[in-house]
Amino acid sequence: MREDVLRLTAVSKSLPGGRRLFEGLDLVLAAGEQVAIRGESGVGKSTLLNIVAGLDAADSGEIMVAGRNLAGLDETERTVIRRDKIGFVFQAFHILPYLDLAQNVAFPLILQKIPRSKAIARAGELLDAVGLGERRRSYPKELSGGELQRVAIARALVHEPALILADEPTGNLDPDTAEQIMALLGRSVKQRGAAMLLVTHSPTAAATADRQLLLTPHGLVPAHG
Amino acid sequence: MAETGGGWRWLIAGELRAFPMRFLLAGLAIAIGVALAFAVHVINRSAADAFGQAVRSVSGGSDLQISGASALGFDETLYPRLMALEIVADASPVVQLRAMIGEQNKPITLLGLDMLRALTVSPNLIGRTSAEAGEAEAALDMDALYLSETARAQNGLRIGGRVDVRANGRSHSFTITGDLPGVDAGQAIGVIDIATAQWRFGRLGMLDRIDLKLAQGVSIEAARRAVETVLPGSARLTDAEAESRRGDTLSRAYRVNLDMLALVALLTGGFLVYSAQSLSVTRRLRQFALLRTLGMQKRALGAQLLGEGALLGIAGSLLGLAGGYAIAGAALRFVGGDLGAGYFGGTSPKLHFAPMAALLFLSFGIATAVAGSYVPARQAARIAPAQTLKDAGDPVDPRAAPKAWPAMALIALATLFAFLPAVNRLPLFGYLAVALMLAGCVAGMPWLARTLLRPLARADSRLPSLDLALHRLLGAPSQASTALGGIVASTGLMIAMAVMVTSFRGSVDDWLASFLSADLYVAAASNEASFDAETQRRLADTPGVAGIAFSKSLSMTLDPELPPVLLLVRPVAGPGYELPLIEKARRPGVGLALWLSEPAARLYGARPGAPISLPIGKEGEPARAYVAGIWRDYARQQGAIIIDARDYIALTGDEMRSEAAVDIAPGASVPAVRAAIEARLPPDLAGRVSFAEPASLRARALALFDRSFAITYVLEAIAILIGLAGVAATISAQTIARIKEFGMLRHVGMTAGQILAMLASEGALLGFIGVTAGITVGLALSQILIHVINPQSFNWTMATTIPWALILAVVAALIITAAGTAVIAGRRAVSRDAVRAVREDW
Repeated sequence: MREDVLRLTAVSKSLPGGRRLFEGLDLVLAAGEQVAIRGESGVGKSTLLNIVAGLDAADSGEIMVAGRNLAGLDETERTVIRRDKIGFVFQAFHILPYLDLAQNVAFPLILQKIPRSKAIARAGELLDAVGLGERRRSYPKELSGGELQRVAIARALVHEPALILADEPTGNLDPDTAEQIMALLGRSVKQRGAAMLLVTHSPTAAATADRQLLLTPHGLVPAHG
Repeated sequence: MAETGGGWRWLIAGELRAFPMRFLLAGLAIAIGVALAFAVHVINRSAADAFGQAVRSVSGGSDLQISGASALGFDETLYPRLMALEIVADASPVVQLRAMIGEQNKPITLLGLDMLRALTVSPNLIGRTSAEAGEAEAALDMDALYLSETARAQNGLRIGGRVDVRANGRSHSFTITGDLPGVDAGQAIGVIDIATAQWRFGRLGMLDRIDLKLAQGVSIEAARRAVETVLPGSARLTDAEAESRRGDTLSRAYRVNLDMLALVALLTGGFLVYSAQSLSVTRRLRQFALLRTLGMQKRALGAQLLGEGALLGIAGSLLGLAGGYAIAGAALRFVGGDLGAGYFGGTSPKLHFAPMAALLFLSFGIATAVAGSYVPARQAARIAPAQTLKDAGDPVDPRAAPKAWPAMALIALATLFAFLPAVNRLPLFGYLAVALMLAGCVAGMPWLARTLLRPLARADSRLPSLDLALHRLLGAPSQASTALGGIVASTGLMIAMAVMVTSFRGSVDDWLASFLSADLYVAAASNEASFDAETQRRLADTPGVAGIAFSKSLSMTLDPELPPVLLLVRPVAGPGYELPLIEKARRPGVGLALWLSEPAARLYGARPGAPISLPIGKEGEPARAYVAGIWRDYARQQGAIIIDARDYIALTGDEMRSEAAVDIAPGASVPAVRAAIEARLPPDLAGRVSFAEPASLRARALALFDRSFAITYVLEAIAILIGLAGVAATISAQTIARIKEFGMLRHVGMTAGQILAMLASEGALLGFIGVTAGITVGLALSQILIHVINPQSFNWTMATTIPWALILAVVAALIITAAGTAVIAGRRAVSRDAVRAVREDW
């Protein structure tokens, strides 16, 4: 039986004004599994990702990431979980404009105090894997949107995290590029045995996942394409 | 601009509403610059007007004047020779003395006039007899004194009363017979009969001035040529305008220096506008890209930024003009028209609004703000909308090595300019050298930053915060250069001024120590020549006095276009005097030996051994002399010449002295000797002599130094504060603009502490590079100030003293400001909101 990478049990969250976003939310994500969460705007998809990343606190419930309960961790420990166990892919890429591609990808390893030469070599491998190996000394401004998202995928995977949190990774891309990116993301995550929680509006992107769930005020329910 | 109509106004108004503090700070910086420049101008203009008015008042409306080349005046036989000239319709002889009246000892200009002549030549000086005195009696009364309203008010005197008048070491009692209605308000003038003036005040056979009324149709130039033919060496032809010009010449360099400092404040304000607008553009690049995508023209976008700059300029400049006028009013009231520098003594200037200057400084302020917005506006207009919407990062490619040659070229040009001479007695090339040196250093910042940071970035510190900070500075070179420019300019100017002022103060202190080597100094009230030969002999014999040297000073004109030089009469070697010589003639020249102060030598282009003549020779002929040496002097900017007392007596017969330096015999005490000297003074000098010891004189001189530099300190401090505010604003705005970056870094596992450490490292590295360059450029600038601007402005040199403690404090302050600002702004940026900064896509 595969190890659970993420386990959410009876998680509830209200907004500061008192509006309840969701309650009794349960979710289990096994290693290698990819789950897409869909939902209307404002339903709390971003809040859910914040809670999983340890950047926001749930009102109640238990959040276990890579076997550790976030509730018992302080800020520094939660940061260490993010650094070591989680990889992020954002809609707006968020590639540091003042680092070249290899430095951008190597950055999570640098945070783990991996020697720079090793980190850059490993970043090179990941850039090769996403098809940008030849451009490792380029700067972000020389890349297209699709290329930037490839860099982001390489960065999310470089430190071999257990969990990938992907936020609308195709939101800024054209349909053809979006399809390629989702294929690359799904394949890369799978190859490395990581789990992925994907938040998206796009049915096409969601369709690449193993499971599709719909976020409602009463928790997650299976979604139908 | 018209195409965008109201939209353009909306955008500006929206930006003002969103970031009021940023606009307020930039506008305030412009306001301060304009206020300082306008205040300095208004104060100087008011003071110069008052000085000119004083000169015109004593000239009384004559066409031309003959004045004594020295305070000794000239022989009255010149008067009939002038009257014989055809070009002269009438001439009025004048004895002009500086006098003290009443119990309050307030100074007035005392004029001895031939009333009948003055009536036609200088009618403004004719007195109006009061009804009680009676016209006829007053005309015959040899002791009649007419006092201007200011002279009466200052001394609490009324018409009809009697008053003691002291001048030229003598005293006489007069009746205040009437007033002087033609004399301008604010001028303290007294008029007596010329014969009385000559008789009562030791000026028999001598005149100080002859006022001329020219024959009808005679031009001033023709008159000048005719008068020159009869003029002795002891007299000079002049007019009220030339006198005013000389006063202007004396203070001009000082005024220009203050103007330059005010300009520095204004330019720093311009830098702040540039910095605020650059950051505003960086922050709004996407907004601009959107506007361009929606159809806004390039030109309209640029115009929006320029419009914002112009609005800032107008608001800041108007505020500055009002502030400047208020500062000028306060300064005239509390510090004086010379701003503590002592150029316009004896005048009481009134505040005059200067509309043309106000317009000029208003335009300066607007132009500076618009110029500060120009580069950001061009950047905004040139954006490529599609690229910009993608967040393209720094416009400069971090892989391209910055060029060093533009900076080198500017610095080389600055060095060349530093060696060029003054233009019209102003160090224009010196100022240009300062500006070019600063510009060169700022231009060289990208190259220097890369040169210093690359080796550090190559080393693997295993400290992610430091690594990221180094890569950010190398990877965003244009943003780093903007912040560095501010730090370098602030540090450079701060250190240059600190080194210059410390060097100047140190040199003045050394000079005082060598100049004030007597044990006790004695001076007659108001430096009147009060010690006659008999008094000098009596004082020399005072018990406890080992040696005594008497001296006096009198002004004389060597060049009609320059202010009068001071002739110091005293023993060249003797008790209490040790000339701080800079250069000495290798061999004696022809005639008298004269020792010129450094300012005098520079003003008159005299070298040791060179011939020189003094307008105090026998029978009005110039005395031949040579420059025996040049000595350091910081007290008399108009120049001073020392003549040995024996040579002076041989030339003039004048034995009256106003000061004495006393060496005390071993075992004698200063208080005892002082009491003994007081006891030996003649009765009319009792209580009118002051005593000072070197320590108190030195303290007083240094206090005077500090007072005259007070305005410089204030202007410099304000320029520095604006600079520091600019640095703080630049760094904090850059930090706040990176809020998404910090959000992403928190997501990928950087702790808030690591981000703050990164920001502190960035700030400290920027501060370190900026301060290193700032110290270097500051020391270079200080050498331009010390060896070019000071000698060319004030004609004196000084030895460099570097205030290391102050420099260290400045370095610490700047690095702390840079790092501290980054951390403070960073705290806000890495807060919970910052983590959510990436939420635009969630």
